[in-house]
Amino acid sequence: MERNLMKGNEALAEAAIRAGCKCFFGYPITPQTELAAYMAKRMAKAGGVFLQAESEIAAINMVLGASSTGVRAMTSSSSPGVSLKAEGVSYMAGSDLPGVIINVQRGGPGLGGIQPSQADYWQATRAMGHGDFHILVFAPSSVQEMVDMVIKAFDLADEFRMPAMILADGLLGQMMEPVSFPEITAKTIEKPWATNGHKNARKHNIVNSLYLQAPDLQRTVQERFERYEKIKQTHTEAESYLTEDAEIIVTAYGATARVAKSAVNAAREAGLKVGMVRPKTLWPFPVRELNEGCKNAKAVLCVEMSMGQMIDDVKLALNCSLPVHFFGRTGGVIPTPNDVLAEIQKIGGAL
Amino acid sequence: MAAMTVDFEKCKGCALCTTACPKKIVEIQKEKRNKKGYFTAQCTDQKTCIGCAMCAIMCPDCAITVEK
Amino acid sequence: MAVVFERPKSLVDVSTHYCPGCTHGIIHRILCEVIDEMGIEGDTIGVCPVGCSVMAYDYFRCDMIEAPHGRAPAVATGAKRSNPDKYVFTYQGDGDLAAIGTAETVHSATRGENIVVIFVNNTTYGMTGGQMAPTTLPGQVTQTTPFGRDTDLAGFPVRVCEMLSTLDGVALAQRVAVDSVPHVREAKNAIRKAFENQKEKKGFSIIEVLSTCPTNWGLTPIEALGRLRNECIPYYPLGVYKDKYAEEVAK
Repeated sequence: MERNLMKGNEALAEAAIRAGCKCFFGYPITPQTELAAYMAKRMAKAGGVFLQAESEIAAINMVLGASSTGVRAMTSSSSPGVSLKAEGVSYMAGSDLPGVIINVQRGGPGLGGIQPSQADYWQATRAMGHGDFHILVFAPSSVQEMVDMVIKAFDLADEFRMPAMILADGLLGQMMEPVSFPEITAKTIEKPWATNGHKNARKHNIVNSLYLQAPDLQRTVQERFERYEKIKQTHTEAESYLTEDAEIIVTAYGATARVAKSAVNAAREAGLKVGMVRPKTLWPFPVRELNEGCKNAKAVLCVEMSMGQMIDDVKLALNCSLPVHFFGRTGGVIPTPNDVLAEIQKIGGAL
Repeated sequence: MAAMTVDFEKCKGCALCTTACPKKIVEIQKEKRNKKGYFTAQCTDQKTCIGCAMCAIMCPDCAITVEK
Repeated sequence: MAVVFERPKSLVDVSTHYCPGCTHGIIHRILCEVIDEMGIEGDTIGVCPVGCSVMAYDYFRCDMIEAPHGRAPAVATGAKRSNPDKYVFTYQGDGDLAAIGTAETVHSATRGENIVVIFVNNTTYGMTGGQMAPTTLPGQVTQTTPFGRDTDLAGFPVRVCEMLSTLDGVALAQRVAVDSVPHVREAKNAIRKAFENQKEKKGFSIIEVLSTCPTNWGLTPIEALGRLRNECIPYYPLGVYKDKYAEEVAK
């Protein structure tokens, strides 16, 4: 298979086009702007629509409109811009609309900074808008995974009629790596609900999130959560690395997992029994995979580029069965393998 | 020959039709309320109706049908 | 005798939730008459955002999308760009279009999105119980201007057609009213022209319809028509503010 050297942001865009994305609506923000620039060059040639919106809010609502008509649509941004999209994502979730949102995270809160960060974990997995809902959240750790996960995100979003997010970070977005694009056998998922003109051949379709009768809204939300349960059973993903005999398990996702892996390798060389579990899906969180990886573990170290957000899910997944330690850098500071190794050694020394 | 008929249950008794009728033969009756509780519009003199449909044009509830 | 006036087919045969005398119903009907006359129900996608008309998806028989507050032009942009052969319209109130959705309104207009915007201006937020809207007249009493809109505190109303008529992307900007039979007919003609513009790919057409809110104005429906005529129309003069193609023909 042909391999190309590509920047993460551009690989995300190319993968989306190949996955059948027909509409891209975006707004400039560092560090994801190359994605929109790539789309501006490529989308028209690929027979799709590129439009620079007047705001992040407009961009996500354009996705809502295109998606309502059954078309694969996407928007991308970085942390402050993703906050603005929260309204639209909530409406999409409430209207059972698919769509892909890319967050190339930077430091926050507020305007924060433009260096890589993982401080939007809570936002992505807990509160991507108001109301009772979830979105699918994928966490790539390499440019190749950015490609693979975009394709998967479109397929699963369509299949389960819900928004999906690629939670990347500035490091991955700006990084260049060789990638190959798989032969896409784009799933053709029937969308009989789409509002694309009924042609007098069916009843009119309505895309809607409003239910004024409380029991109706409750029933709709409950049905949606039944769907979420199915996804939790079948669509969690994690990479387990050297977990078989590991007494210490490091958990990390995205770019941080690359740093953590180096630290795990260094710890192994130093004779410590250390492994790593890297969640690839953040919602649904890979509870089963993490517990399997921790079967011989005595302690867990969660490493993040934040003050500790995924650690909540790690603790919930392990249900108090193991002590969970934390090491984090925030504000755009990237942890080094030596930082992480030192933490591993500290925990190892106390075992 | 012309006639305007009011859908009794659709009418909300707003009386906009009464202002539009050039023959002044549409009024709100005060005898019978519909299920929503409104007194409804009616034509008081069908023979005088010219079928201009002005009452229907001003009806916000599409409650009026006009024949001619 | 033959039927000379009946409910248009694209207007679903149900009772609306609108208050008695609310002229939303008239605007719904003339819009549906246009859709019927052009025979485009099966190729039309409507977008209704938050406001009194949010439940209009139950009334229009074409495919319908509910949009977040103010975002209808963005949602319509997404729908139209991905379906250029379909007719896409939005149906928005004044708070929606001229306050929370101002950016979406202005930018869809300046891009010349090939859509129809029906802008219902009744100078108040109806659904939430009658608060000050961007179009509330100076001195007008609302829940949030209990002593009348004081322009020193709350600024001035937005004249949307005048503002949008400065933008090159706008094909048609026209203000109409539904206070009388001749005005309703004129309003329908304007809506028809807007849809014809879309058919001919002429770009953005906005029809501002001056409408009533008897409930929140504290008036009877007939009195409300009087206010529309005597207070609203003088502040918001009716007419064509921009007709790009007529101007080009004239040149």
